Amino acid sequence: MPGQSAATLGKQPADQPPIKRILSWGRYPKTAHHRVHKPAWNDQVPDILRSAAPGSLLPYGLGRSYGDSCLNAGRELIDCRRLNRILGFDEATGMLRCESGVSLSNILDVFLPKGWFLPVTPGTRFVTVGGAIANDVHGKNHHCAGTFGAHVRQIGLHRSNDGLVICNAGQNCDMLRATIGGLGLTGVIAWADIQLKRVAGPWIDAESIPFQSLNTFLDLNRESNDRFEYTVAWLDCFAGKNPRGIFFRGNHAADRGKEFHPKRGPKLPFALPAWMLNRYSVKAFNTAYYRIHAARKSVAAVPYDSFFYPLDSIRQWNLLYGKRGFLQYQCVIPETNVEGVEELLDRIARSGMGSFLGVLKQFGSAPPAGMLSFPRPGLTIALDFAMRGERTLKLMQSLDEIVQQSGGALYPAKDARMSSTVFEASFPRWRGFVPYIDPKMSSSFWRRVTGAQ
Amino acid sequence: MNAAAMKKIIILGATSGIALEVQRQLAHQGCELLLVARSPQRLAEVQADLAARGAQQVFTYAADLASIHQHAAIFEFARRAFPDFDTVLLAYGSMHDQKDSETAVDALLEELQVNFVSASALLTLFAADFEHRHTGCLAAITSVAGDRGRRSNYVYGSAKGALSLFLQGLRSRLHPAGVRVITIKPGPVQTPMTDHLPNSARFADPEQVARDIVRALERRSPDVLYTPKIWRYIMTAVQQIPESIFKRLSF
Repeated sequence: MPGQSAATLGKQPADQPPIKRILSWGRYPKTAHHRVHKPAWNDQVPDILRSAAPGSLLPYGLGRSYGDSCLNAGRELIDCRRLNRILGFDEATGMLRCESGVSLSNILDVFLPKGWFLPVTPGTRFVTVGGAIANDVHGKNHHCAGTFGAHVRQIGLHRSNDGLVICNAGQNCDMLRATIGGLGLTGVIAWADIQLKRVAGPWIDAESIPFQSLNTFLDLNRESNDRFEYTVAWLDCFAGKNPRGIFFRGNHAADRGKEFHPKRGPKLPFALPAWMLNRYSVKAFNTAYYRIHAARKSVAAVPYDSFFYPLDSIRQWNLLYGKRGFLQYQCVIPETNVEGVEELLDRIARSGMGSFLGVLKQFGSAPPAGMLSFPRPGLTIALDFAMRGERTLKLMQSLDEIVQQSGGALYPAKDARMSSTVFEASFPRWRGFVPYIDPKMSSSFWRRVTGAQ
Repeated sequence: MNAAAMKKIIILGATSGIALEVQRQLAHQGCELLLVARSPQRLAEVQADLAARGAQQVFTYAADLASIHQHAAIFEFARRAFPDFDTVLLAYGSMHDQKDSETAVDALLEELQVNFVSASALLTLFAADFEHRHTGCLAAITSVAGDRGRRSNYVYGSAKGALSLFLQGLRSRLHPAGVRVITIKPGPVQTPMTDHLPNSARFADPEQVARDIVRALERRSPDVLYTPKIWRYIMTAVQQIPESIFKRLSF
């Protein structure tokens, strides 16, 4: 045992070759890191922070951010995945305290059998609690529950200059609001208190309804928002202005008393050759998907994992996009500018470069939980684009123009290329966040959009 | 699992990378645990985690396992707070940079003290108890590094190899008493102990290694567990290489 902690922290030679294996989910940009710290205990984090150079560190979780917000090219990462302990749980209130490297998947495995569910969950269960807070992630219940950060009651935050800072509504509440959606820049989250929610069991009463225009989609939302906790739509982005899609809505089902075992799906073993994804194969997939859902019975009780995490069933699905990786484009456009959404969809359809089904969701009007939270009232669209070089970037720039004209915003967690102008327009108050950044922290994203060093 | 055969387990070195994973799987099965490690703070964190994951009861005892004069107290605590324990897993170890041991005798002796001297002393205490009770399972994590002395890692390797030999003899001694002794030989595993080694990202997943260990604890066989399994074949091959060639290899 003696010597073990020294081995964790001290033994990486200074002339270590760059570490290239850490990429974000989009596998673009390709980055190399100078060093990766892997603390196994919270008591090791202060030393890492203390001995680092200014602006050299960034906490890293499961790497499910799509672009470069979880990367720190040429510098160092603190891989938080070993900080994955559950520190406490109150059976009466559902208040969970856990370290920041605990994954949402882990929380579900441990607490769903006891009748507790995540207050908010994104479209994958393979994110850490730290990542969910740092990106203030949202889910299908944004219209009634707000973002993940709205359910974080308290955090312990390692800061390089003032040790472990406790942040809650009464104490350092500004630091809490900065850390929620703060892209990991305010420090390393040691632990967080998260309010879980009671559910009867793992089943969701789900409905799927095909729609053929944006207006029908909006009508469906209007009709569903009060009655359904979860709403989201998948849309075929080849359909243009009048998108066809499938509207999904659901509620937690009453207990069915059935034993339930989530299954582990297949895994993509390697990056597929780029030619396999082309406009014909993708169009065919989208059409088939639409037909299947349009034909299928629309009301059913489904296991929670197929309702919330359909893509998790194919592990490493990001390899589908080949070696060059892909970019995701997620924006939000105010509902007063529905034409903006139509124009955006039209532009994507005409480009022929859109990919599999996009996601369309109406955000609710909950006030943002964090200073840099992305969700705001309006329609949010998320789409994948295989990285095909300059023309992919050009298309996305032209989408930026539409988003800006419509008064919309882009989502940093999905971004690898937005300009500082677009960032400024999306987060006009970002300068108010700067004082909360830990002097030892920085990220590729932050340097790119703010020009910070 | 065979619930009757393993319900109360003592983990010596409960904050080591492999032990952490083993304990989670045991907790999930509802086992009772007594965890021994040096840091009270870390033990408390692990205890909370395992309790949340379903462990029936988790006791902790903070002690420096490498210092032999603390062993009697550890053993006494176990007998008092955790009577009828049926399994002991020794999971601690240290791997210093071998270069230190080549130049400084202190570093060499510490490596041997932690990995072999203290481990065999502690096992002797628990062996006597199990032998007396005519029951129990004694398991210890050694290493494939103990199967052959290599240029780059022979100090750690010789300590672990000595521990493997010790367990082999102990197994034979305790066999008539119906006490099981398991030698666990992991290949390189991704834990804090190996982070500083080249290619550590390609090492085995501790979760998989822990699964193998838990399964070995549950069953009647094997006596010697290689994990991941492929290391049994690799080491068989490595042991066949003639010394005249092996001494020229630089790994």
